[in-house]
Amino acid sequence: MTPRVDDTDMATQLRTTKRPLERAVVVSLFLAGAISIAVTLGILWELGKEALLFFQDEVVSIGDFFTTTVWQPQAGSFGIWPLILGTLYITVIALVVAVPVGLSAAIYLSEYASPRVRGILKPALEVLVGIPTVVFGFFALTFITPLLRGVFGVNTVGFFNVLSAGLVVGLLIVPLISSLAEDAMAAVPDSLRQAAYGLGASRLEVALRVVVPAALSGIAAGVVIAMSRAVGETMVVTLAAGASPRNFDLGTDSLFGTILNPFEGAQTITGYIVITASGDISYDTIDYNSIFALGLTLFIMTLTLNSLSRRIVKRFRQEYD
Amino acid sequence: MTVQAPERPDVGFFPTDEEYVELLDKRTRRGAVVRTGFLALLSVAVLGLVILLVTIVDDSFGLVAVVNQNEPEAVVAAAGYDPATTALSDLSKEDLVTSLQGTISNGVGRRLEREQRFFEDRLVFESQAKWDEVCASDEPPSGCTGGARDTSSVLLLVEERVIQPDVVAVNGMIPSVLDGQGFRDRIESEFITVPEKYPDYTFDQVRFQWRAWLSWKFITSPSSSTPEIAGISTAILGSVWLVLIAVLFAVPVGVGAAIYLEEFARPNRINDIIQTNINNLAGVPSIIYGMLGLAVFVRVLEPITSGSLFGDFAPNGRTVMSAGLTLGLMSLPVVIISSQEALRAVPNSLRQAGMGLGATRWQTVRSQVLPVAIPGIMTGTILAVARAIGETAPLILVGAAGFITVSPSSPFSQFTALPIQIFQWTSLPQPEWRNLAAAASLVLLILLLTLNAAAVILRNRYSRRLT
Amino acid sequence: MTEHTDTDIDSSPPTAVHGATPNGEELADDVAKVLETRDMDVFYGDFRAVADVSIGFRFNEISALIGPSGCGKSTVLRSLNRMNDLIPSARVTGEVHYHGANIYAEGVDPVEVRRRIGMVFQKPNPFPKSIFDNVAWGVKINGFKGSKAELADHVEATLRQAALWDEVKDKLSDSGLSLSGGQQQRLCIARAIATQPDVVLMDEPCSALDPIATLRIEELMLELKKDYSIVIVTHNMQQAARVSDRTAFFNVQLDEKGQRTGRMIEFTPTDVLFTNPEQQETEDYITGRFG
Ligand SMILES: Nc1ncnc2c1ncn2[C@@H]1O[C@H](COP(=O)(O)OP(=O)(O)O)[C@@H](O)[C@H]1O
Ligand SMILES: [Mg+2]
Repeated sequence: MTPRVDDTDMATQLRTTKRPLERAVVVSLFLAGAISIAVTLGILWELGKEALLFFQDEVVSIGDFFTTTVWQPQAGSFGIWPLILGTLYITVIALVVAVPVGLSAAIYLSEYASPRVRGILKPALEVLVGIPTVVFGFFALTFITPLLRGVFGVNTVGFFNVLSAGLVVGLLIVPLISSLAEDAMAAVPDSLRQAAYGLGASRLEVALRVVVPAALSGIAAGVVIAMSRAVGETMVVTLAAGASPRNFDLGTDSLFGTILNPFEGAQTITGYIVITASGDISYDTIDYNSIFALGLTLFIMTLTLNSLSRRIVKRFRQEYD
Repeated sequence: MTVQAPERPDVGFFPTDEEYVELLDKRTRRGAVVRTGFLALLSVAVLGLVILLVTIVDDSFGLVAVVNQNEPEAVVAAAGYDPATTALSDLSKEDLVTSLQGTISNGVGRRLEREQRFFEDRLVFESQAKWDEVCASDEPPSGCTGGARDTSSVLLLVEERVIQPDVVAVNGMIPSVLDGQGFRDRIESEFITVPEKYPDYTFDQVRFQWRAWLSWKFITSPSSSTPEIAGISTAILGSVWLVLIAVLFAVPVGVGAAIYLEEFARPNRINDIIQTNINNLAGVPSIIYGMLGLAVFVRVLEPITSGSLFGDFAPNGRTVMSAGLTLGLMSLPVVIISSQEALRAVPNSLRQAGMGLGATRWQTVRSQVLPVAIPGIMTGTILAVARAIGETAPLILVGAAGFITVSPSSPFSQFTALPIQIFQWTSLPQPEWRNLAAAASLVLLILLLTLNAAAVILRNRYSRRLT
Repeated sequence: MTEHTDTDIDSSPPTAVHGATPNGEELADDVAKVLETRDMDVFYGDFRAVADVSIGFRFNEISALIGPSGCGKSTVLRSLNRMNDLIPSARVTGEVHYHGANIYAEGVDPVEVRRRIGMVFQKPNPFPKSIFDNVAWGVKINGFKGSKAELADHVEATLRQAALWDEVKDKLSDSGLSLSGGQQQRLCIARAIATQPDVVLMDEPCSALDPIATLRIEELMLELKKDYSIVIVTHNMQQAARVSDRTAFFNVQLDEKGQRTGRMIEFTPTDVLFTNPEQQETEDYITGRFG
């Protein structure tokens, strides 16, 4: 068989075909994808720039920012710990509520519930995801806080308190934990359950000693994500925990009586940002710059938690593939 | 009843039959207890949801104790009708305007008339000469060009200006239904025991009536500094504007990015970074997007977002435009990720079929892959919209105005939005505002549930079609 | 039938059993059974997967279930220790007697049934735990009374019995998933026998393994027969012929309503079934004329 003469021409033609339109489309699609990079850089740039301006201000010292325990912008005291205390305290309360509730929900839905019960309970949890946080804030202030004040006494429990905020943030992150944990448990191969049943294990033993350990990294990842969500939560804490930073003095204040009193209010990082920005804030003032320094702190905290969670998940995947 | 165990010469370290039965009993009991525990804890979450919903509905309706400056019956009687047979809403427009004339000052009347006149053919508060003069000026008021007020809007004015209701106490829906008399008795005794709570009135002036805080009037009236007549039309319109801008930005960009990542991107470093970055952005708290919006859209891009580049509109960059773009940025990762999932669900055979016919990759994507993925993309978009509608913190950062009674009319208008309205009403001390916040929350929840239901229906249809 | 295997099998008792019990006596129904189904039907929802299964398994024998795919072998096997309870749509009618007691009677706890009647699955499914814990876990939940050291001894003895000890003794704390497929399956068998059940059910335990690993499992089964009664499902007739004392042939038939239903065709000593089956269907199947 002899090759036809124009075969080579054909090949050249194919190779040199240019499709300008196609290229333009691909380039614009790429740019759409690259916008996300621009967003990240924009966040880092703006937060970093303003934070830098903040630390350059003469009343601020970066050492004091990270080491002192009074946040009082009017008086020129910028110690971040009271805000971190508020943030972490509410996060811890939220997790104390949401981890047992969320995990129980996941275990029950995944290992016990009949399809019918599941069909009722699961959508209920999904509805919870869709409720705006400001509505949760309303709920904290108009139901949970009065309830707490009714139970523990109006004189004990302040109108703004971290307990109410923490409980409601907990309710808000339950579906996050339960759905991620349930996904992790659903990924546990059924053959493991069968093996355990075949050994004469009870349902509880299968659930707690085979399925949960096998899904542990997925569950842990979910808890970390939920924690990140609680740290960044804004409206509930602003409405329910009040606008006063819980300044403290480690030397004189009692740990449980004052510093960790759940019945009093405490401002969080997000709470301070929102309250400061909701006034008519002027650019290039120390207030304006301070919210960006706090925003950067918050960004780093949540980014760390999210990457941690992703790393845990990655390890989990490797186990089963 | 248990199963007979086999005879075994050497039971070894295993429990004997009796021991096993006992052990099994214990394990079964423990299982039942723990199972109940799981269910109980799960119920905490469901109970929380139920109580939340009940709280909101409970606060949206109920008995109120109200004091009217002028009783509606008196207004009807003053107009020459029998209050026993005629209600305020039965009065004609003429009668209502007359009643207004009798109560409000001429100055207020003139202002109202300049806003919108009462009759097509005659003026009520203004003299014809002055009217002509005002309308001939450089900036004629809206009353010069618009038509006349209709009866229902005049009725609203009468209620607001003549009757002037003042809610002095509120009661939730459930206690109102179960024990309305209890509420009445409580208020009556409070007038005696804590008179300082009601300094302006005597108990004789108090009327008890059923009030639906969530009503058509509430949805269609603008905000107001008086809780009795405040509504959410401005806020609803603001939210609509925001979502529109957010969607117009996030959907083309997000779907484009998803198509790039799923259909064109080769696994190299840059594309890896883009993908990781998108996943990271999805976890960034919304308040951070607000700060980005504040720094970039409100401040740096002020000439654009305030509209001053296009002829002066707003005094600063705190406009619908800035806020909409901020919400758009925030929704972007969600839209990208869900669109990617939708594209991934399209069977590869479709792509092969398209390319096998000699179509280019883009032709295949555009006419074969994308149409199949559209329902999935829409589902993701709806969910992103639902999330954006409920967001509050970023809007506060980009300066959603607190008190606005004028509906936004362009991308460069100042605005308020439903969640902002809820936030502000919740933070106010007087209890009536709580009821408004509850009613607005109920509107927001109904809106979101509808959107979510739409997404679920779409998803179900979609998955059925693919299999 | 065993000439191609090695000494282990030569020393194993199948021929002895056959020799000791002539055909006629074996067919008689008065020999004690460890497990016995009576008119058992199994349904998945409305679909009757198997019907009218009456079969008795004897002590310390290996009984094989063979038949074309989909004829209900696994279904029957799962019904023998109530693993079918885990499939929501599954329903069993009729009776299954274990040492004379119906395991489907009211009040019987399936947990206890499975503790007495263990199971090995088609695909090796070790827990993502250490090799040691894989064996020890079932022992512990079932109330092992000994000390830590005694538990370790028991695990060792079990692993030896499962012919796995020499291969894993230096890495007992490694994950069970780190073993090869054949080792994993022997670990699963060790796990199943560690609780000292009475009967071990095996559902195509070798179908995911290579021939060498298969051979080792077969040897192991012949070894275990001394202490356990074994019921094995296999699609491999050679395997049934090599290891089992008795074989049941299942086939799919159309029932009164025209539905496909699995039925047991015959259950006889293995050598009889493979050389001189009573039913034409069986003959067709074992000679490959099936279709
Ligand atoms: N979990 C189940 N749900 C519904 N039908 C099933 C299920 N398991 C098996 N079946 C059906 O029961 C019949 C017997 O299946 P099976 O016992 O697995 O056969 P075998 O193991 O002999 O191949 C088949 O028709 C199969 O489709
Ligand atoms: Mg099978």
